Amino acid sequence: MRFAGSNEYVATDDLTLAVNAAITLERPLLIKGEPGTGKTMLAVQVAKSLGVPLLEWHVKSTTKAQQGLYEYDAVSRLRDSQLGDPRVQDISNYIIKGMLWQAFSLDAPCVLLIDEVDKADIEFPNDLLREIDRMEFYVYETRELIKAKHRPIVFITSNNEKELPDAFLRRCFFHYIRFPEKDTMEKIVQVHFPDLKKNLLREALDVFFEVRDVPGLKKKPSTSELLDWLKLLLAEDIPAEALRSKDRKTIIPPLHGALLKNEQDVHLFERLVFMTRAKNT
Amino acid sequence: MLIDFLYKLKSHKLPVSIKEYLTLLEGLQKGVIGTSIDEFYHFSRIALVKDEAHFDKFDRAFGEFWEGIETIPGIEGQIPLEWLLKQAELSLSEEEKKQIEALGGWEKLMETLKKRLEEQKERHQGGNKWIGTGGTSPYGAYGYNPEGIRIGQSGSRNRRAVKVWDQREFQNLDDSVELGTRNIKVALRRLRRFARQGAAEEFDLDGTITATARKAYLDIHMRPERRNAIKVLLFLDIGGSMDDHVKLCQEMFSAAKTEFKHLEYFYFHNCLYDFVWKDNRRRHSERTRTWDVLHKYGHDYKVIFVGDATMSPYEILQAGGSIEYFNEEPGAVWLKRVTDVYQRCVWLNPEPKEIWGYRQSVSIIRELMKDRMFPTTIAGLEDAMKLLAK
Repeated sequence: MRFAGSNEYVATDDLTLAVNAAITLERPLLIKGEPGTGKTMLAVQVAKSLGVPLLEWHVKSTTKAQQGLYEYDAVSRLRDSQLGDPRVQDISNYIIKGMLWQAFSLDAPCVLLIDEVDKADIEFPNDLLREIDRMEFYVYETRELIKAKHRPIVFITSNNEKELPDAFLRRCFFHYIRFPEKDTMEKIVQVHFPDLKKNLLREALDVFFEVRDVPGLKKKPSTSELLDWLKLLLAEDIPAEALRSKDRKTIIPPLHGALLKNEQDVHLFERLVFMTRAKNT
Repeated sequence: MLIDFLYKLKSHKLPVSIKEYLTLLEGLQKGVIGTSIDEFYHFSRIALVKDEAHFDKFDRAFGEFWEGIETIPGIEGQIPLEWLLKQAELSLSEEEKKQIEALGGWEKLMETLKKRLEEQKERHQGGNKWIGTGGTSPYGAYGYNPEGIRIGQSGSRNRRAVKVWDQREFQNLDDSVELGTRNIKVALRRLRRFARQGAAEEFDLDGTITATARKAYLDIHMRPERRNAIKVLLFLDIGGSMDDHVKLCQEMFSAAKTEFKHLEYFYFHNCLYDFVWKDNRRRHSERTRTWDVLHKYGHDYKVIFVGDATMSPYEILQAGGSIEYFNEEPGAVWLKRVTDVYQRCVWLNPEPKEIWGYRQSVSIIRELMKDRMFPTTIAGLEDAMKLLAK
């Protein structure tokens, strides 16, 4: 199995190398990067291009590692016992499989995405060490050992909100998705909007990278925001000329709300525009 | 095989473990990568480095280790001229630009540079004449730019030809850099300590099951919600020499404000005296006596001072030393009172640690704070938070 990008996802050389290394050596791949650089999409696209099922485990601040393995539904069992349901005799009826168990029990390899691992409690990664490393865990209620039939291809994404423990990191491969350069960005946009006019694209990208270069922005616009913005530009049918001006800093790009998500950033940007305008007149 | 490489990385203080090293060898054995050094660079980074903050260190170590071994020719000759112009314009000040004009203007200068590029056939590091990535001075003979015009690579580059590690793109991710709000928040999160306090509002499933099983009837248990129980008292130096650090203080403040539920903040000027204030516009009319602060907020508060501690030593040690009014007791007394009441107490100094030693007042404050002064880098902030969390 090899991954080589897809016609919906532009993967740089180092990224494909990382994915293929993770597949060959059966190690989980930890992906970090600016928000909106396609960390989650990577798992989706790898699953799609390899033609294997994708299991997604979205981690929240309240998620426990145990929930990924299995949960024991004590409340249902209590209720059933009071109603005299015969199912109550077998405890395995009340064990709900988590994402990891589901991935382990599949007959073919699959892609398992553990999304935003840093959102969970600080101990969360530590509780998954053995599961990630040996791909097995023990169910205490039924006293059975669950072992993966095929090691799933594991992708873990993180937004760096918490540091991950060293023991966990040692078991993973790590790749940092950098913000794409202009060339790559053009390819990415082409993938999403194949019939975008060349000149509109060029102007839009210029504006986009200029906005990103504005010093002091709280949140820089990312790839996904660029794509949203282009979608809006297309929907509103804004011509390329509207984006162009002799000194581009003197216009506020149309529909800038899609790029700047913070009112302080919009103010900052407007102030800069105002200043350059004042300087020019 | 490659054991020297492992030790090279170790000597650059990269946290590489044997397990990761074995994984690297396993990957090489299984033929994950081809024979190109670029692929080896990427693969070894994937396998050995687990934090983008270490990428720069890794790049440097990798560059040192493989120097002379690889045979990929330098591509300096292919740098587009326009790009050089652009980059140089960005990094030169007005004064420097004038000097360039005096030397015959950009065109002449660039011509010389171009000539030199043609003369130079191979990649060069350091030195003061040739153009190279490692040196600081690409054509230092002119000597008008203190940092030298840096020649790197243009945005659209041919990946195979460039040595990626020499570009050191992850330079600014090293953890000794200045802070952004988000980084500050991450560092402040070390101070989280969750505790269940207050009204029992949350349904306690496990407790209910245990109690029900024990008593054989449905016994519902409730518990208080989990909250961050850390209380923080923040004192911010404002005005004067702190003007240089306003942005940093703003970021720090906004990060702290969202991170802690119990955050109290006060401003002071240069050193802590008998009063502080909450609003800088009304600092002369609405003051809070420092005594009141000490009495009002219990000793379980953690205290963070933010200030450059740069002032005349008299301002700390003498009564009446304040530059604003006549203070009856010296600042040192007030600082001591604070450290006596609050056991967990740190001073964050936005000035770089290297220059602390040259300023007497910094050493005095540091002593008063029992050496708990930290620079406002990510690493410094983390150390400070670790100390506060103990």
